Amino acid sequence: MSTTAPPAPLLPSNAVDSTGPITAADGTPLQTALSRATRKARIRAFLLVAPLLAFVVLTFVAPIGQMLWRSVSNDSFSANMPALTAWFAENEALGSDGGPEGDGIPGEDAFEALATDLKGARENRTAGIVGTRVNYDLSGTRSLFTKSARQARKLEAPFKAALLDVDEDWGDAELWSVMRSASRTYTGDFYLAALDMQRNVDGEIEAVPENRRIYVPLFVRTLWLSALIAGLCLLLAFPVAHLLARLPLRYSNILMIFVLLPFWTSLLVRTTSWMVMLQSQGVVNDLMVAVGIVGDDGRIQMMYNQAGTIIAMTHILLPFMILPLYSVMKTIPHDYVRAARSLGATPSTAFWRIYFPQTVPGIGAGVLLVFILAVGYYITPALVGGSSGQLISNLIAFHMQKSLNWSLAAALAALLLAGVMLLYWLYDRLIGIDNMKFG
Amino acid sequence: MSANAAEVSGSANEPMVRFKNVQKSYDGETLVVKDLNVDIARGEFLTMLGPSGSGKTTSLMMLAGFEPATHGEIILNGRPINDVPPHKRGIGMVFQNYALFPHMTVAENLAFPLQVRKMSKSDAAAKVKRALEMVELPEFGDRRPAQLSGGQQQRVAVARALVFEPDLVLMDEPLGALDKQLREQMQYEIKHIHESLGVTVVYVTHDQSEALTMSDRIAVFNDGVIQQLSSPDTLYEKPDNSFVAQFIGENNRLQGVINEVRGDACVVKLDSGDEVLAEQVVPGGTGTRTTLSIRPERIELDPAPGACPVTIDGKIEELIYLGDHIRVRMNVAGTNEFIVKVRNHTGRKPLAAGQQASVGWDPIDCRALDALT
Repeated sequence: MSTTAPPAPLLPSNAVDSTGPITAADGTPLQTALSRATRKARIRAFLLVAPLLAFVVLTFVAPIGQMLWRSVSNDSFSANMPALTAWFAENEALGSDGGPEGDGIPGEDAFEALATDLKGARENRTAGIVGTRVNYDLSGTRSLFTKSARQARKLEAPFKAALLDVDEDWGDAELWSVMRSASRTYTGDFYLAALDMQRNVDGEIEAVPENRRIYVPLFVRTLWLSALIAGLCLLLAFPVAHLLARLPLRYSNILMIFVLLPFWTSLLVRTTSWMVMLQSQGVVNDLMVAVGIVGDDGRIQMMYNQAGTIIAMTHILLPFMILPLYSVMKTIPHDYVRAARSLGATPSTAFWRIYFPQTVPGIGAGVLLVFILAVGYYITPALVGGSSGQLISNLIAFHMQKSLNWSLAAALAALLLAGVMLLYWLYDRLIGIDNMKFG
Repeated sequence: MSANAAEVSGSANEPMVRFKNVQKSYDGETLVVKDLNVDIARGEFLTMLGPSGSGKTTSLMMLAGFEPATHGEIILNGRPINDVPPHKRGIGMVFQNYALFPHMTVAENLAFPLQVRKMSKSDAAAKVKRALEMVELPEFGDRRPAQLSGGQQQRVAVARALVFEPDLVLMDEPLGALDKQLREQMQYEIKHIHESLGVTVVYVTHDQSEALTMSDRIAVFNDGVIQQLSSPDTLYEKPDNSFVAQFIGENNRLQGVINEVRGDACVVKLDSGDEVLAEQVVPGGTGTRTTLSIRPERIELDPAPGACPVTIDGKIEELIYLGDHIRVRMNVAGTNEFIVKVRNHTGRKPLAAGQQASVGWDPIDCRALDALT
């Protein structure tokens, strides 16, 4: 059974070449051949993911991006006051000693531009928008713009005198400094405001007076309360999760239902029932009065203050701590603690040196989850927090809904996001995200 | 030697461990361990062998202190330990899944029992080093348990149970997760460690060959009761009852009725009508139903006339070639499952399925045990 084929070379001539790239059997480079072979699979995989990708981009990435953009970009002044904006651009820094008279008030040309813009604002009915924008930085100025715009038609040269005649506030150096910064479409001023800082008349950054600082103390309070709530959740959840992981299935199932029950109840209902429980005429206080722990006039205020926020949020966020802890504890065989005990460890040594370290991934996941949820929590503090239990989200909501200063709301939200990401990064450095287990 | 005999022999020499009338129930309705009485001598390797649910692991857990005894007393070194917590018992233990602490290195695992005993760092390090050398893993101290193979983890677990020099080491099916070859190798290693250190070992397994290989004595558990407690050879050659005969090794069973008692021996009339001579183990006189138990390797196929006191005719049903021996499945005395092992020696007579053949044995090897229902 012999054939007369030429002797086959040890290696196909095009298979391995010590100089050129490795090629497939037909001579195309192996990389090309490989990517061609897997292209179909990759396209199919992409098409499967595409709907979700589009959904996420449309409903998540785009709005958040737009929101973040708004925090550094606000054209409500520059778009509606073009002439004055142009004048500001041409005439650089006008300090407190600037201007023809050295009092920080610009000269006639600036007032002429202002008058032109006020006339335009009257026609386009945009004086309110401009006034609102300036009002962010200098309160009480919105009416100045609307009032002056109403009388803009009557304004005649010399405009400086005429405008000062309409309202002498036009001669306020701080107003001109504020208008200058508002004329910039792209600005970091909202971030300054979110950090309780402002520009003074000379354009220098300074902290606002102590009694007007709102945001930084609120950030601190938000982080501190969130950490406290996460800590309380951990203390309460650890034994429950341990019990869940150790009990026989039929008991742990019942217990699990009790853990999950809050999930199936509306957040509002849960918060409201805490109000029923904790208010000064509520169940807890009535009970304490009835038992005689406190007198009828000494009812404890547990609602509409920080205590209310802490109690209600700890309860509401508890399942988010129990579930990751439980899922980690369930994977720790009971034999570890038994082995430690048989090796001579007391129950507490066995717990702290053997059991506890193995629950750290669950603790990390639970604490991070509860903390991040708490930092952005809104409804519960709004309902039960009173004034001392408000969190930063409540103020973001205020600026979104009431003051309509969306740029500031966006700046606050962006700072919150940055803070959470920083903590996440720290967590990754200290414990490692890989070690985290949600279930 | 039965469980009762062991109880008596313990009084002469103080035993290491004594179970006295120990009972255990988990639910208050059924007893998992019914009246356990065992003495374990110092330096002994005792294996608790039995099917799952027979109470062997529960007995071990009671000794380790992880399960309280419902009734009875457990005595360690002459001291009742029912109320002593596990960490004060000073008993080393090897778990089925090794239970090596995953967040510690091998050396930290080994040092753990020494640390909780407040031993100085340098002494502990020396002991850890020696323990690792004992299990032939001197280079592995810095690794994590997850980086070791199953056999290596198993060795570390053994070393950890021994590093604090306990008198007594408990092992709960420690080789169950290993493959067959490794398991056999580890059996010898554990046996050698036991011999060289002189520790007392209580070993739980459901693998009868493991028990036979390693043990000084084996306690065969079934249904919460020790069926027989004796040395491996006694257990194999002289089982006390049908359960032990069936659980340890292979065994041919023939049902019959005792026809006549002759001292220690008896004549049994098989259900097929044949009459055979057997060693009487089951108590009772003429008319008692009995199960005869004969090991396949004690049966002679086609014995020379007069060579065997008992011979019965049969028929070869099937031959299975196993290299060192040939398993012959035969139809004998009404059963199709009668197995004879024929040694594969030169000059062996040729065998074929369907061939008529007689089987013969010595009555000493044929034990009349309790009847199986």
